[in-house]
Amino acid sequence: MEEKTKNNATRTLLLLGDEAIAQGAIDAGLSGVYAYPGTPSTEITEYIQQNAIARERGIHSRWATNEKTAMEAALGMSFMGKRSLVCMKHVGLNVCADPFVNSAMTGVNGGVVVLVADDPSMHSSQDEQDSRFYGKFAMIPTFEPSNQQEAYDMMAYAFEYSEQQCLPVLMRVTTRMAHSRAVVKVAETPRPENALNYDSVAANWVLLPANARRRNDKVTAQQAQLEEDAAGSKYNRLTLPPTGRAPLGIIASGIAYNYVQEALAQQDDTNVGLLKVSQYPLPKKLVRQLLDSCEKVMVVEEGQPFIEEQVRGVFESQNIFGRLTGELPRTGELTPDCVKQALAQLSIVNSQLSTDNVFAASPIVAPRPPQLCQGCGHRDVYTALNEVLKEFENPRVFGDIGCYTLGFLPPYRAIHSCVDMGASITMAKGASDAGQWPAVAIIGDSTFTHSGMTGLLDAVNENADITVIISDNLTTAMTGGQDSAGTNKFEAICRGLGVADEHLHVVVPLPKNMPEITQIIRDEINYHGVSVIIPRRECIQTFKRHAKAKK
Amino acid sequence: MHKESYNCNIILCGVGGQGILSIATIIGEAAMNENLYIKQAEVHGMSQRGGDVQSNLRISSNPIASDLIPKGGADVIISMEPMEALRYLPYLSKDGWVITSSAPFVNIPNYPDIEAIKAELAKLPHVIAIDIEQLAKDNQVPRSANVILLGAAQQALGIDYDKLEAAIRSVFARKGEAIVDANIKALGIGKEGKGM
Repeated sequence: MEEKTKNNATRTLLLLGDEAIAQGAIDAGLSGVYAYPGTPSTEITEYIQQNAIARERGIHSRWATNEKTAMEAALGMSFMGKRSLVCMKHVGLNVCADPFVNSAMTGVNGGVVVLVADDPSMHSSQDEQDSRFYGKFAMIPTFEPSNQQEAYDMMAYAFEYSEQQCLPVLMRVTTRMAHSRAVVKVAETPRPENALNYDSVAANWVLLPANARRRNDKVTAQQAQLEEDAAGSKYNRLTLPPTGRAPLGIIASGIAYNYVQEALAQQDDTNVGLLKVSQYPLPKKLVRQLLDSCEKVMVVEEGQPFIEEQVRGVFESQNIFGRLTGELPRTGELTPDCVKQALAQLSIVNSQLSTDNVFAASPIVAPRPPQLCQGCGHRDVYTALNEVLKEFENPRVFGDIGCYTLGFLPPYRAIHSCVDMGASITMAKGASDAGQWPAVAIIGDSTFTHSGMTGLLDAVNENADITVIISDNLTTAMTGGQDSAGTNKFEAICRGLGVADEHLHVVVPLPKNMPEITQIIRDEINYHGVSVIIPRRECIQTFKRHAKAKK
Repeated sequence: MHKESYNCNIILCGVGGQGILSIATIIGEAAMNENLYIKQAEVHGMSQRGGDVQSNLRISSNPIASDLIPKGGADVIISMEPMEALRYLPYLSKDGWVITSSAPFVNIPNYPDIEAIKAELAKLPHVIAIDIEQLAKDNQVPRSANVILLGAAQQALGIDYDKLEAAIRSVFARKGEAIVDANIKALGIGKEGKGM
């Protein structure tokens, strides 16, 4: 985040895509960011938490308990006329799908931008879902920047557009956009925040069927205008072939546009049509113009074939190419190489990647998967759990989302499932309902408050025969050590939900405490009802950081 | 680093926690000072936990389109670990440089024989392998091993030595004079350092 003043007196910063988004939001007069940490979106909120102007203005930036509470708080701020930003990773949008989809029905007062960072190739995620589908079915305009500068510029535009259309805006980025740095020109002074106002109309915000039907008709009718706006957007650019007609055209969205540019820059024949898409609904008018001037069209997009399916349609148009026809890989992240190869197959680019010019992969290189840190408390928890479970015939351990998911890998091989935030407790309960014993759930502290508490209430209400381990390292560790919403509250939360005191234990996961920990786990498995064990020891990474800060 | 026509694609790699990103920060600072274009793709999240990590750093006097370096496109691989240097060979250009730490970081059971790694490295045209951890200890700059590696890479990067020095001064300024001095010393050790 170095600040430089160049000759032209524009302020420039070297920013991650995530940081450019954060700076863009601050400069657009943001009043609050609401988010739960999730790779690759975490750095947006962290940047705002540390930004001097955000602090001076008192912009809200504390972490929310989950994406749903974040989205709802952002709507509340919008209701009062101020601008709010909600940030999450793609699967977080599933968690807040209810308020997200309904926010199109309520509309907004102050601008709302919902920033979702997709993770194609699943670098740190359990699926590859493409958030643009959410924008389409929620009838919410969707933006997809191609580079860091555009990401910055788009924030001001997105907030304005949100207020103008009285709809939230979905901003979709992908891993390489979120986690890549570039020099970004930023405003000298941020726009003032909106003043609080009472313009929100209850008839829009109270989604009783009579109100919601009226809003639904209005928002549905707005869609044609949104598409017209997308066709005229400065972020969507149609370049027709210089000769008026070309054998090939390309539709490229988001960062896929960069890979196309990289490939085209390396060749002489520039007689191609090119449509850059960064604002949706898909501007069909521009797509038709491109199709009219090109014999074949290749669709290059990061994520699922969202544009490609729309362009191919049910008639399975034979001159549309991309992920569905196999020139591009059907799944996974795009690379400059695979885009170049795909264009070469359609003869847009002559220079196919030659294997002669590239070193072969070294045969001796071994994979180096991520692993739990040396000294991590989760290690001691798994060591104890594995030791006890050896005594039972068919134990099953239901895992959850966090560093401790790595307990699936050797040497522990300790968990049998990991589905979504909170699923450990509810799946253990369902397995127990099916007759399984022992049924153990292992969940982290932050994941527990995110989505585990309601499941524990289900289990308590039926006194399910499960053993729940809340492995508490006092932080949201996987994403880099953000504050965890439930720190110092776990015993009280469990008691409040009805867990019996005699089956609620706190232990310190250290090798020297193994006899005590294993005995407690053993006893609680043998107790046929809900028990909760909380191994508590600070994350080794945040511990080191705190020790360093004290010096 | 001549502003009119400079182009350098760098892969920085190592094992999560080895501090490759601070090397990137120093190079990025030097490039910013020259008003060059920069793109730097980083890896965050799960793979940081003791797994392999890499960063693609592209610097150019012309606008850069792709955040990622194509295969065969890297001018320099800077690696904090010898096996990790080999992981990215398909990205190295045929006349590219590999600047690597020679000391293995063994946290997997099937880590290959170090002699085999040396033999693989020896097949490449331009390799500098140095035991940066040992050099850092011997020269009382134990926390600046990564900057020793950067010093060793200076010529391959084509960045003037004094520009890297200036970048170190501004990057580490807020950490105090002692840390600035240690890193400048480390840069010099790397520049003079003898490879294997």
